[in-house]
Amino acid sequence: MSSVITISKLAKHYQVPEREGGLKAAITSLFKRKYRTVKAVDGISFNIEPGEVVGFLGPNGAGKTTTLKMLSGLLHPTSGEVSVMGYEPRHRSHDYLRQITLVMGNRNQLTWDLPALDSFDLQRAIYGIPVEQFKRTRDEFIDLLELKDLVNKPVRNLSLGERMKMEFVVALLHRPKVLFLDEPTIGLDVTMQRRIRTFVAEYNRRYNATVLLTSHYMADVEALCKRVIVIHHGRILFDGDLSTLVNQFSSYKTLSLTLPNPEVDLVKYGEVISREDGRVTLRVPKAQTSQVTARLLSDFQVDDLTVEDAPVDDVIDQVFSQKEAA
Amino acid sequence: MRRYVEFYLASMRVSILSQIQYRVANYFYMIGMITEPVIYLVVWSTIARQQGGVTGGYTPGTFAAYYIVWTLVRNMNIVFTPYGWEWRIREGNLSMELMRPMHPIHSDIAFFAGWKFVVILLWLPLAVFLTWVFKPTIDVTWLEVVVFFLAIWGAYLIRTMLLSLIGMITFWTTRVSAIFELYFGLELILSGRLVPLTLMPPWVQNLSAYLPFKWTFFFPIDALVGSMSPRELWTGIGMQVLWIVIGASFLNVVWRSAVRQFSAVGG
Repeated sequence: MSSVITISKLAKHYQVPEREGGLKAAITSLFKRKYRTVKAVDGISFNIEPGEVVGFLGPNGAGKTTTLKMLSGLLHPTSGEVSVMGYEPRHRSHDYLRQITLVMGNRNQLTWDLPALDSFDLQRAIYGIPVEQFKRTRDEFIDLLELKDLVNKPVRNLSLGERMKMEFVVALLHRPKVLFLDEPTIGLDVTMQRRIRTFVAEYNRRYNATVLLTSHYMADVEALCKRVIVIHHGRILFDGDLSTLVNQFSSYKTLSLTLPNPEVDLVKYGEVISREDGRVTLRVPKAQTSQVTARLLSDFQVDDLTVEDAPVDDVIDQVFSQKEAA
Repeated sequence: MRRYVEFYLASMRVSILSQIQYRVANYFYMIGMITEPVIYLVVWSTIARQQGGVTGGYTPGTFAAYYIVWTLVRNMNIVFTPYGWEWRIREGNLSMELMRPMHPIHSDIAFFAGWKFVVILLWLPLAVFLTWVFKPTIDVTWLEVVVFFLAIWGAYLIRTMLLSLIGMITFWTTRVSAIFELYFGLELILSGRLVPLTLMPPWVQNLSAYLPFKWTFFFPIDALVGSMSPRELWTGIGMQVLWIVIGASFLNVVWRSAVRQFSAVGG
């Protein structure tokens, strides 16, 4: 199967002017400017196959958005190669733009004063979507996102979450084959995040669309992405299955147990994280999990016990801190 | 081509619906705007009366006609300003527009074109009021009306091209206001906005013939209130087309360079 997205040694470097504070430095900089090279993306390579949903993770300033902008043709790479469905994104050919979409959580395409239906119609005209296909897709998305009662309200009267759902409809009306989603659930409440995730998963399933998603909410990543790419300081730290990432970088597991007397001292078994409603949560080094579990079961009358991998957020933190230390 | 026609119709519809939402604000804006031509009109009418009723071929009645038509032409000349370009780059909205399979200029032209229909509707009562107060002298032929209708749209397109070109300077520098002010000063003198061009010294009239400004104000107004021959009227339309083509060509060249700049530094 040929890859939909192929990136090879992709780099984006910026020349950033810099000077010290103060009048003297300001005057000096008029005649002699100093520049610093910022390597926003520094020689990354990866392929994405058709229909894959890939999480693109990293802290702020890691190079995620810069990469997405290069993939969507908004930024020209400093070096390296990018190919999406055989197109070179930097040419931004109309054929290419008709097959992709970029959803940014902090940008919008809706007309503020009018009902979203009017924006949908404008989008139909922009992309030249045949009327029948447009109506079918629009109604399908309205149904999936439960927007029927909202599409006639002016956009300015919608909540942030409702607006974001409308943004997704606008962005996907032309049925793009490749979705670049940059923090699409930022600022949304848990319910709305879940609704958006379900919608993306359903769109991926129905249209076999390829999705590259950045998000700071690990729930998004866990729900949607089998594979993750972790980027930091413009370089890829990890590319593989989410489960492998957890196994490889997680140094501990979480044990949750229900005891008749939850106040009992458990310090010698592991780090006690919480005690709530008779349930105690312990953090235990991964290598000692079986041993500690056996000891707990023999030492106490345990009503219930679960062993879980460390939360993905913690694992990602672990990845960054290990690499920083290296 | 069909896609563009559909886009223009859809975008103009959205624009009309949006502007109707702000009809009261639009009306106050237009009322504020007539202050400028009313001042010019009062000053020049007074001068004409002091000079025996005519100055430079204009009577108080023809001055009134000139400046009342001016109010419509001025509204037709409102386009996406360089400040708008500054805003769309600074706020990152340009990125979303660049993701569309269509040049952003179409979106600007279509949106403001839709607004014009609202403006014309709102202008009519104002024109009636100004006519009642200032008693304009106007005698028009069907040809002049047709040419005027074409010329106000031509003026709109020329000004769109010019101000978009200035707006694109924001791709290289975020401070475009100084250049915009310079443009504004030249336009005031060389377009017929401040005073009918025929009242200006001959050298200004000669200079204006080689520049685009005249075709955005004086020509459309004079097409309706002046006494141009059919040949002069159609030549004027031809000049407008020429300036639209020149503007669009420059815009195309500058746009390519601007997008390269934007793609290099981001937005």
